[in-house]
Amino acid sequence: MSILEVNHVSIRYITGDFKDIGLKEYVLRRMTGNYQVHEFWADQDISFLLEKGDMLGIIGTNGAGKSTLLKAVSGIMEPTKGWVKREGSIAALLELASGFDGDLTVRENTYLRGAMLGYTRKFMDNMYGEIIDFAELDDFQDRPFKQLSSGMKSRLAFSIASLVRPDILILDEVLSVGDGAFRKKSETKMKEIIGSGATTILVSHSLGQVRNMCNKVLWLHRGQQMAFGSQVQEICDQYEAFLKKG
Amino acid sequence: MIDKLQNNSFLFEELVKRDFKKKYKRTVLGMAWSILSPLLTLFVMKMVFTNFFGRNMPHYTIYLFCGNLIFSYFNESTSQGMLSLASNASIFTKVNIPKYLFLLSKNVQTSINFGLTLCVFCLFCIFDHIAFTWKILLLVYPIVLLLLFNIGVGLILSALFVFFKDIQYLWSVFTMLLMYMSAIFYTIDSYSDVIQNLFLLNPVYLFIQYFRMIVIESVVPPDYIHLLMLADVIIVLRLGCWMYKKFNHMFLYYV
Repeated sequence: MSILEVNHVSIRYITGDFKDIGLKEYVLRRMTGNYQVHEFWADQDISFLLEKGDMLGIIGTNGAGKSTLLKAVSGIMEPTKGWVKREGSIAALLELASGFDGDLTVRENTYLRGAMLGYTRKFMDNMYGEIIDFAELDDFQDRPFKQLSSGMKSRLAFSIASLVRPDILILDEVLSVGDGAFRKKSETKMKEIIGSGATTILVSHSLGQVRNMCNKVLWLHRGQQMAFGSQVQEICDQYEAFLKKG
Repeated sequence: MIDKLQNNSFLFEELVKRDFKKKYKRTVLGMAWSILSPLLTLFVMKMVFTNFFGRNMPHYTIYLFCGNLIFSYFNESTSQGMLSLASNASIFTKVNIPKYLFLLSKNVQTSINFGLTLCVFCLFCIFDHIAFTWKILLLVYPIVLLLLFNIGVGLILSALFVFFKDIQYLWSVFTMLLMYMSAIFYTIDSYSDVIQNLFLLNPVYLFIQYFRMIVIESVVPPDYIHLLMLADVIIVLRLGCWMYKKFNHMFLYYV
C-alpha cells in the first residue's frame, strides 16, 4: 500500500502589487482599475507515489518548484488542483534555523520548537538533556537565543529536529549542518533516522547524495515534472546532461 | 476544535509562556506596570473630569474605573491580537498547526492582565463603600462574553492585518473614536432618547453599562441588554471564524 500519493498536484502562486500596499491603496487602485495581480504556476500536474521505506530525491534548479511542492505535501499549503493523500504522521524539516525567538532563552526555544514539531511535554522533559548534549550547548542553556552564533543556532535546530520519528520525513537540504566534527555527527544521525524505515523525501543540490541514497527520483523544471521513477542513475544522468546543455 | 486544542495543548502552553515572558521581559516592574498603567489613566481622568461630570454623581471614581477597565481590556486585546498572526508567520509557514492558537495565546495574556486589574477594581469598590450583593456574581456574564468578543474581533483584525498592514493605524483611530463614544467619563442622561438608544449599538458601551448597573446601582440589567451583548458576540465570532477558515491557506502568500 502506498504511504504517500501525490495526484496531479498543481499550485498557483499569486504575485503582483497586492502585497504591502495597505487598505487605502488597495481601494484606490481598485477604483482606478490599476490593481494588478499576476498568477504563476509554481508546480503543474505533479504526480508520484511512494511506498513504505522509499527514499525520494527531488532534483531541479532554483525556482523549479521543489520547496513549494514540499509545502503542499506537508499540508502547509493546499494544492490549487489535485490532491495529496498521506498515511501516517509527517514531519517537514524546512528552513530549520529560522523561526526561533531571539528574546527567549535556549531552553525555552528548545521546548517551543519541540512543541511545534509535535513532541509531547513528557518526551521533551526526557530528551532535553540529550538535545543540549548533542548540540554541545551545555553552557548556554539560559542565555538569550540571540546571543548564539549562527552555527550554534543551526546545531540546536538540528538536534531538536533529529528526534522526529515520523512515517514520512521531509528534508530540505538539512542532511548535515555545522562544521567538521558536528557535520559528521549530524550526518550519522540523519542516516540513522532514514534507516529506521521512514519514507523520506530529500531535496538536494548534491547529485552525488541523491545517487547514493535515493531509490526514486523526481526531476522538476520550472514547475513541470520532467521525470519520475526508480531509474535513479538514468534520470540523474539526463539531468546532468540537461544542466551542461544549459 | 476542542480535539485540535487538546492535540496542541503543549504547543499552546509554550506559546502562552512565550507571550508572557516577552511581555513582562522578566522584570518585577513589568507585572506591576500592567496594574499601574490603568490606575494612572484613571487618576488622570479623575483629575480632569471630576469638575465637569463628577460633581453630582456618587461613586464617580468607580464609574470611571468601570469604563477604563472594560475599554483597556478591549483595546489591549484587539490591538495586540491584531498582530498575533502576522508576527508568527515564521512558525505557520513551517509547520501545519491551527493558526488561531497565536491569537488565543495572546488573549490568555491580556486576560490575565484584565484579571489583575479587576482585583484592584474590587479593592477600590471596598474603599468606596460599595455594597456587594449576590448580584456581583452576574458579572461572570459580561466577563465571559467580553473575552469571546475580544477573541472574535481579534480573529477578524489579525486576518485583515495579514492582507492590509495599515489596518493597524485605522484601528487605533477607530478605538480612539470608540473611546469617546463609550461614555467612559460622562453620562448619556442629557441626550435625547433616540441618541441614548444609539449608544446601545456600541458593544463596548453595553459591557461598561452592565458593569456599572451591577456594581454601582446593584440593578440587574434588562433582558434586551443581555440579548444584545450575546448577539454582538455571536456576530463577531462567526465572522472571525469564517475568515480564518476561508483564508487559512491564503495567509501564506501574504507574509
